[in-house]
Amino acid sequence: MTRSLIRSAIGLALTSAVLTVIMFRLSSPFAAVFELSVCAGLISVLFLSTISLTHPITYQEAAQHQRERYSRYFVLPYILIVIGIIFAFVQVRPELRLPPPAAQTDVRLVLWNLRQVDLIGQAIILLAGVFGVVLLLKEAHKK
Amino acid sequence: MVSLLILVPFFAAIFLNAPLKALREKLAFGAALVLFLGQMLLMIFPKAGSWTAHAAVLDNLLRFPLKMDALSTVLLFCIGAVLSAALLLSLRAIPQDDRRLNFISVLLLMQAGMNGVVLVADLFSLYVFLEIVAVSSFILIAFDKHIHAFEAAFKYLVMSVVASALMLSSIAMILLVSGDTSFPGISAALQGSPDSLLIASAVGIFICAAFIKSGLMPFHGWLPDAYSAAPAPVSVLLAGVVTKTVGIYTLLRIVVFVFGFTLPLKNILLIVGALSALAGALAALAQTDFKRMLAYSSISQMGYIILGLGSGTPLGVLGAVFHLFNHAIFKSLLFSNSAAIESRAGIRNIQEMSGLGSRMPWTALTCAVGSLSTAGMPPLAGFWSKLLIIIALWMSGNYAYAVIAILASLLTLAYFLYLQRNVFFGKAKEAFNKIEEAEFVILLPAVVFSAITFVVGVAFPWIWNTLLLRLPGIFGV
Repeated sequence: MTRSLIRSAIGLALTSAVLTVIMFRLSSPFAAVFELSVCAGLISVLFLSTISLTHPITYQEAAQHQRERYSRYFVLPYILIVIGIIFAFVQVRPELRLPPPAAQTDVRLVLWNLRQVDLIGQAIILLAGVFGVVLLLKEAHKK
Repeated sequence: MVSLLILVPFFAAIFLNAPLKALREKLAFGAALVLFLGQMLLMIFPKAGSWTAHAAVLDNLLRFPLKMDALSTVLLFCIGAVLSAALLLSLRAIPQDDRRLNFISVLLLMQAGMNGVVLVADLFSLYVFLEIVAVSSFILIAFDKHIHAFEAAFKYLVMSVVASALMLSSIAMILLVSGDTSFPGISAALQGSPDSLLIASAVGIFICAAFIKSGLMPFHGWLPDAYSAAPAPVSVLLAGVVTKTVGIYTLLRIVVFVFGFTLPLKNILLIVGALSALAGALAALAQTDFKRMLAYSSISQMGYIILGLGSGTPLGVLGAVFHLFNHAIFKSLLFSNSAAIESRAGIRNIQEMSGLGSRMPWTALTCAVGSLSTAGMPPLAGFWSKLLIIIALWMSGNYAYAVIAILASLLTLAYFLYLQRNVFFGKAKEAFNKIEEAEFVILLPAVVFSAITFVVGVAFPWIWNTLLLRLPGIFGV
C-alpha cells in the first residue's frame, strides 16, 4: 500500500524471507530454499533493476493514481466467489505424491549438498543483476 | 569436467572486473575469445585428455549433477561459435575499451547461463539458468541506451517474467505429483499418472512458457523489437543461440526426455509450428528494415523446428535438431551481413539500398549463401534439414502440415530474393560509390559460417551416415 516502488519491492523481499522461515519451521526445506532463491533473490533484483530505470510520476499523475487505486480491486471479490463456486462443484482430485517431511532441516545441508548447482546459478544471476544496474545507470549518475 | 563449462566463464567475469583496469581491458578480448573458441573445439574433440585429467578432484569438491549428451554437444558448439562471432563484431560495434569490457563481462555470464541450461538434468536448476540468460539478455538489448533499446528490453523483460512465472507454477504443480525435480524422476512419475488433470495443466503451462521464451507465434511480440533495436553483436547472439537455447532447446529436452509425446501435445506443437512458419514468412515479406525481416524470418524458421518436433517421430526430432544447428549458423551469418552493411552504408532500409553487390562482393556472396540455405535450396545445409522435417511430417500422416512447410519455404525464397535484388543488385546509388567492403573482423564470421553452411550441405550424406545416425538419445526416442 506504499506509494514508493522501491519500498514495495523491499517489502516483497522481506515477506519472502519471512515465508522462507515459516517453511523451514514446517519441515519443508526444499520449498523454503526455492522461496528464498526465487523471491528474495531473483525477483527482487529484477524489480529493483527495472524500477531504477523508470522516472517518478508527476504530482497530477500521483493524485489521479490515488483516486483510481481502490476502484481497481472491486472485481476481486466477485472473482474469488466464482473460483470458490467452481472448486465447490468440480471434483478435482489430483493424485498427489507428497514427499515425506525432510529428515534434515539444516539449511546448510540442503543448500550445499542437494542444491549446489542452484547456488552457483543464484550467484551468477545476482552478479548479472548488479552488472545490469551498474551498466545501465552509469550515464544517469554521470549526468 | 563439464562443470568447468559453467564455472570458468563465471570466474572469468569476476576476474575481469578486478582492479588493474588497464590490464584487464587488454586481456578481456583475448580471454573471452579463447574461452569461446575453446568450447567449440572441445565439442569437436570431446575426448581430449587434458581437460578430463583433473575430473576426479573437482568431482569430489563439487557435486554438480550435470549431464552432457549428443543434444547438449550440438548446442554447446553453437553457443561457442555464435559467441565468438558476437565478440568479433563487438570490436567495431563497441569501439570504446571500457564499454567493450562491460559487454564481454555480460557475455561471459551469458555463456555460463546458456551452458548451464544445456547441461542441467533438473527442472528447477533449468529455471535458474534460464533466468541468468534472461537477465543477461535484458542488459545486452538495452546496452546502447537509446529509447528504442530500452523499449525493446522492457518488452523482453515483461514477457520473460510472465514466462518465468508460468514455468515456476508448472514446476510447483509437477513437484506435487512427482515429489522430485530431476528429469528422470519427473518422467517416471508422469508415466505412473498418465490421466492426471494436474499433470496435463502443468505440461500445458510449461509449454506456453517455452513458446514465450522462443518468441513463437502468437507470443512473438517482443522478438522483432529486441532483434532490431539491439546492437549488431547482440542481434547475432539473440538470433543465433539465445532463443534457441532458452526456448527451443528447453522444449526439445522437456518434451522428448521428460514429458513424452502425447496426442494433444503433438497437436499443439504442430499448430504453433505451422502458425509461426507461415505467419512469420508472410510478415517478413512485408518488412523494409533488414533486421526486422531477419527477425520475422527467425520466427518462421523456429516454426519449422517445432513442426519437426511435433511430428513425434525420431526422424522429425532429428530434423528439428539438425535445423536448430543450421539455423544458428545461417541466421548468425545473415545478421553479420546486416552488421556489415549497416557499418558501411549507415542504413537498414532495404528500399534505400541498391547495387551494393559490386561494392561489397564478399558480403553479397555470404548473404546469398545464407539466404539460399534459409530458403532450403540444395545443396546447402538448410535444404537437408527442411527435407528431413517435411518427410517426417508426411510419413507421420501430417500431410497438411507438410504442405504448409513447403509453402512457407516458397515464401522464404520470395522475401530473400526481394532482399537480394534490392540490396545487392542493380546500379549502385551515388551515395554508395565510395563504400568499401566490410572490415575483416565483421567479414570473418560471415565467411566462416557460410563455409560451414556449404560444407555441411555438400557433405550431408557423409554426415548422415557417420554422425546423425549414431546420435544416441535422439534416435532412441
